[in-house]
Amino acid sequence: MHNKSVAELSRELESGKISSVELTRQFLGRLKKEDEQLNSFITITEEQALADAHAADEQRAAGKATPWTGVPFAHKDIFCTNGVATTCGSKMLANFVPPYDATVTENFRKAGAVCLGKTNMDEFAMGSSTESSFFGATTNPWGLSQGEKRVPGGSSGGSAAAVAARLVPAATATDTGGSIRQPAALCGVTGLKPTYGRVSRYGMIAFASSLDQGGTMARTAEDNALMLNVMAGFDPKDSTSIDRDVPDYTATLNEPLEGLRIGLPKEYFTGNLSAAMEEQVRGAIREYEKLGATIKEVSLPHADLAIAAYYVIAPAEASANLSRFDGARYGYRCEDPKDLLDMYTRTRAEGFGTEVKRRILVGTYALSAGYFDAYYLKAQKVRRLIQQDFINAFKDVDVLMSPTTPSPAFIQGEKTSDPVTMYLEDVFTIAINLAGIPAMSVPAGFVDGLPVGLQIIGDYFSEARLLNAAHQFQQVTDWHQREPQ
Amino acid sequence: MTISRTDIEKVAVLARIRVDEEQVSALEKDLGNILDLVDQLSAADTDSVAPMAHPLDAVQRLRADEVTENNEREAFQAIAPATENGLYLVPRVIE
Repeated sequence: MHNKSVAELSRELESGKISSVELTRQFLGRLKKEDEQLNSFITITEEQALADAHAADEQRAAGKATPWTGVPFAHKDIFCTNGVATTCGSKMLANFVPPYDATVTENFRKAGAVCLGKTNMDEFAMGSSTESSFFGATTNPWGLSQGEKRVPGGSSGGSAAAVAARLVPAATATDTGGSIRQPAALCGVTGLKPTYGRVSRYGMIAFASSLDQGGTMARTAEDNALMLNVMAGFDPKDSTSIDRDVPDYTATLNEPLEGLRIGLPKEYFTGNLSAAMEEQVRGAIREYEKLGATIKEVSLPHADLAIAAYYVIAPAEASANLSRFDGARYGYRCEDPKDLLDMYTRTRAEGFGTEVKRRILVGTYALSAGYFDAYYLKAQKVRRLIQQDFINAFKDVDVLMSPTTPSPAFIQGEKTSDPVTMYLEDVFTIAINLAGIPAMSVPAGFVDGLPVGLQIIGDYFSEARLLNAAHQFQQVTDWHQREPQ
Repeated sequence: MTISRTDIEKVAVLARIRVDEEQVSALEKDLGNILDLVDQLSAADTDSVAPMAHPLDAVQRLRADEVTENNEREAFQAIAPATENGLYLVPRVIE
């Protein structure tokens, strides 16, 4: 059962071949055993999952099932879950049990899905390797199969590793600069970052509010569509949520790709991209040609400024968002504070990890008197130039394709000494967040036994088209079905 | 772009993060490297470009001035480090 997709599990439940309680027991058993070496979960909610599975079986018996009723999955530990610890991978929130649900959590609850627990992540979603978690690093199952401890990518590395290792068929994730697509690529799973505003951010712990977007991770594009059907939609509780109709994302999966115009941004096929990676990505693009797509080279002239703009905007917004962690109302508080300032400064010094503190300091600096115009305002202007590049590109093509990452999964510890080296992991993903457009990563081959991701980028609200393109590719390839040993 | 020890100490105060003396050198190097990366921005010509705050240029919605939430004080305070009589306790501010 653990190899089946969400769509397949849903059919098994519908046909009565298995109950949700039986299915949930099987997945929990596997999860508890296999996750000892992966550490992809921070919390496993066994009791709650079995209770939810029982309720799901009753719903189904009463004829009130959705496609998700009784299907196991997991939430990234950034989505608030009422009564279940939500840590964001931080000591600051290690004891935080939210008294409410995120909208995304509530949506899956209403759909009857069975949450098995909360997945590991880089602290406050700041990282590309899931090594900065207070709860220890997550290991990529693909590295293990070669006798090496490689990173799963990040920040949604727990979700990606868990889906790759078949511990859950699907998991929620978030993406601020590549945190869905990069781990999806490194773990050989399929992930989608929707348009900014498509999925509610309510109850999703904030990192950089103008970039953060919740999204999906599963092995197939079809399962990503099933997830997005539950997650997408207007939410009055999120002030930047977009009020726009949500299509049935599964309805258009089978449309033919004949005539699809694909643009290849030339700036994304240079630099650090290895020849072996490029060969795999070009191979995937040839599959699209066979499916009837046409290929054209395009240019994103400001691509090389994306990382610089991001590392002003994201830390600046993070420094404001994370000011709420002060030891007064919830979360960590230092021992015996001698006065209020001591409580703030020691709580934050002890509760945050190194990378989070680094980014808060950079952001505070960029926003401080005398520097605001040179940094934040300048970065917001460059952000518009980057957005304009994409708008221009989409005048001629329907989607853009590129590698998701410049290289496959790296060894744990290899990039932790220099933050800037780690930042370059997101060189092909970060501009998409600045523009606010949707993009996916789809398994597209292997280099030295490690998965390679193809990034498919679309115009605003083109999630259905991206999912369609990914699904059609998965009908003629089996990269997404490969299993780490 | 270099960032001085004084800058780091000042920013740490603004950010309300205690930075110990022995951490300053490492931060000087790391923050300096990040600011070097960021300095690429100064090369971009942005004279006639409007800053972008929201990808879809959306503005904040207004809602009717009505009570829509219940008072959940007890639930919220149950997870606080210290409370008394419905108030959050912090170290004494006024002597």
